[in-house]
Amino acid sequence: MHLGPELSPLERQEIEAECAHYPERRAAAIEGLKVVQKHRGWVSDGSLQALAELLQMPVGELEGVATFYNLIFRQPVGRHVILLCDSVCCWIKGRDDLNRRLCQRLGIKPGETSADGQFTLLPTVCLGDCDRAPTLMIDHQQHGNLTPEKIDRLLDQLQAPGGEDG
Amino acid sequence: MDKPLTGALRDDRRPLTLAEYRSAGGYRGLQQAIKNLDPEGVLQQVKDANLRGRGGAGFPTGIKWSFMPRGVGAPKPRYLICNADEMEPGTFKDRLLMEANPHLLIEGMAIAGYALGASIAFIFLRGEYTRAAAHLQRALQEAYDEGCLGSNILGGPFSMELYLHTSAGRYICGEETALINALEGRRANPRTKPPFPQVSGLFGQPTVVNNCETLCNLPAILAEGAAWYRALGRHEDAGTKLFAVTGNVRTPGLWELPMGTPIAEIFEQCAGGMAEGYRLRGFQPGGASTDFLLPQSLELAMDYDVIGKAGSRLGTGSLILLDDRTCPVAMVQNLTHFFAQESCGWCTPCRDGLPWAEQLLTEIDAGRGRPEDLDTLLDLCDQAGPGNTFCALAPGAAAPIQSALRLFREDFDAHIARGSCPYHD
Repeated sequence: MHLGPELSPLERQEIEAECAHYPERRAAAIEGLKVVQKHRGWVSDGSLQALAELLQMPVGELEGVATFYNLIFRQPVGRHVILLCDSVCCWIKGRDDLNRRLCQRLGIKPGETSADGQFTLLPTVCLGDCDRAPTLMIDHQQHGNLTPEKIDRLLDQLQAPGGEDG
Repeated sequence: MDKPLTGALRDDRRPLTLAEYRSAGGYRGLQQAIKNLDPEGVLQQVKDANLRGRGGAGFPTGIKWSFMPRGVGAPKPRYLICNADEMEPGTFKDRLLMEANPHLLIEGMAIAGYALGASIAFIFLRGEYTRAAAHLQRALQEAYDEGCLGSNILGGPFSMELYLHTSAGRYICGEETALINALEGRRANPRTKPPFPQVSGLFGQPTVVNNCETLCNLPAILAEGAAWYRALGRHEDAGTKLFAVTGNVRTPGLWELPMGTPIAEIFEQCAGGMAEGYRLRGFQPGGASTDFLLPQSLELAMDYDVIGKAGSRLGTGSLILLDDRTCPVAMVQNLTHFFAQESCGWCTPCRDGLPWAEQLLTEIDAGRGRPEDLDTLLDLCDQAGPGNTFCALAPGAAAPIQSALRLFREDFDAHIARGSCPYHD
């Protein structure tokens, strides 16, 4: 992605559509942050500044909103973001084994991005898929009833040349 | 058995289109409300049905609504918000409703909006529920196209706009005043009460926030009547509820059953009992923020007051089971990690107390605990208790710690005495 810090016409259009639902422009803060992240992968200082201006709110307050949420990224993330549930139902069903396998395969610790920039691994709170525990989410796609072997297959698919969206 | 929440669902859980929902009896409740009742009549029907909030607190929905100023001279606009920020560990009931039958929620919201005179409504959906978001968005479009939302709904005088807001992952947004701050584009800290949202809520206007499952009960109440709905319950409480079982059982899942169904029936007949090689040691009856109960409580009816009298809460009706091969200290550590992380940081007992409790539990689990740590834990729980914080997050975090210290004390003592976790030998 080679977008400058200023918002693109498409981003502005999508954010304005959200603003129309509210009597105050700042109410579209979360949606605005999500629009920016959808197009750029993360929210840079420059994007934050540009969005705050568009929403007519202080940039410090928008930063307070952005950093409050688990799914708004204020630093670059990998091409695929893996959200591994760390809450109680998945923990009982062995999520720690999945975590070990993911860290081993990707050569990173939770919270880090792999050296090739392909994967970011983030522990996340309950994904609400508890009858299929243990679960994780990759790029908005949920996977349940996981085992370390299934983790291998998932990563193999994503890492294969031409696999997934590669 | 009648299933007002899931009766129309397809086996494959594909979402019903508006036409399919209509042929399964959908939008009859809204029709009944708008054609044959005034808003007060709808409110009375919901009060008579004895519907209680399904988000965890169990507050009577009709009474909650009655605090909203209505009629001539009441402030405008008035707002209705569906709380679909389902993030309590172990809870996935609203997800099923929104993914598999989004029109049920839309109809329920139109009925509630009519009763409250709300001209604008929002669904506040957790960000991770991307499939629910897609299904709702499609259903909203159909509902607008068919006159079930927007101007002059079903040809009557009532108009309401309904928008979908998707959040970005934060448990505190499920607290209704924090949710309102989030929807205004502010940091989602809870607000001081009073004023209550019904008087001064979203953008300072009268606002009602109802849980998704609560709203999904309304179509059947209006279509079939309050007496019919009350009779669905097997004990004191009315209607049905989505009950979940997770942990090491044979078939974890989610089922719609009458209120007042004995826990043993849910555990044995629906979830198939414990998986091979596991024995039940205890359970949380209503999600991560509820006190543990022991196996002898399996005979209790899943009713708000029955579970309350037993020393826990019915909460979201999501049973989380502790088995004999899972360390209770580590389980409570996991639960406390969640609440400490998701604390918004507004109140000291929560912001500082919960990370401290998590740290103590981590030390005890690792075999580095001291006997006096247990007193410190109890003290932290007392300070996080009801009345010391703006919202219920901290008391909810204290519930599993306190009850585990009471019911599984020997496990805590063993960790400290041996200097290691007995479950990891």
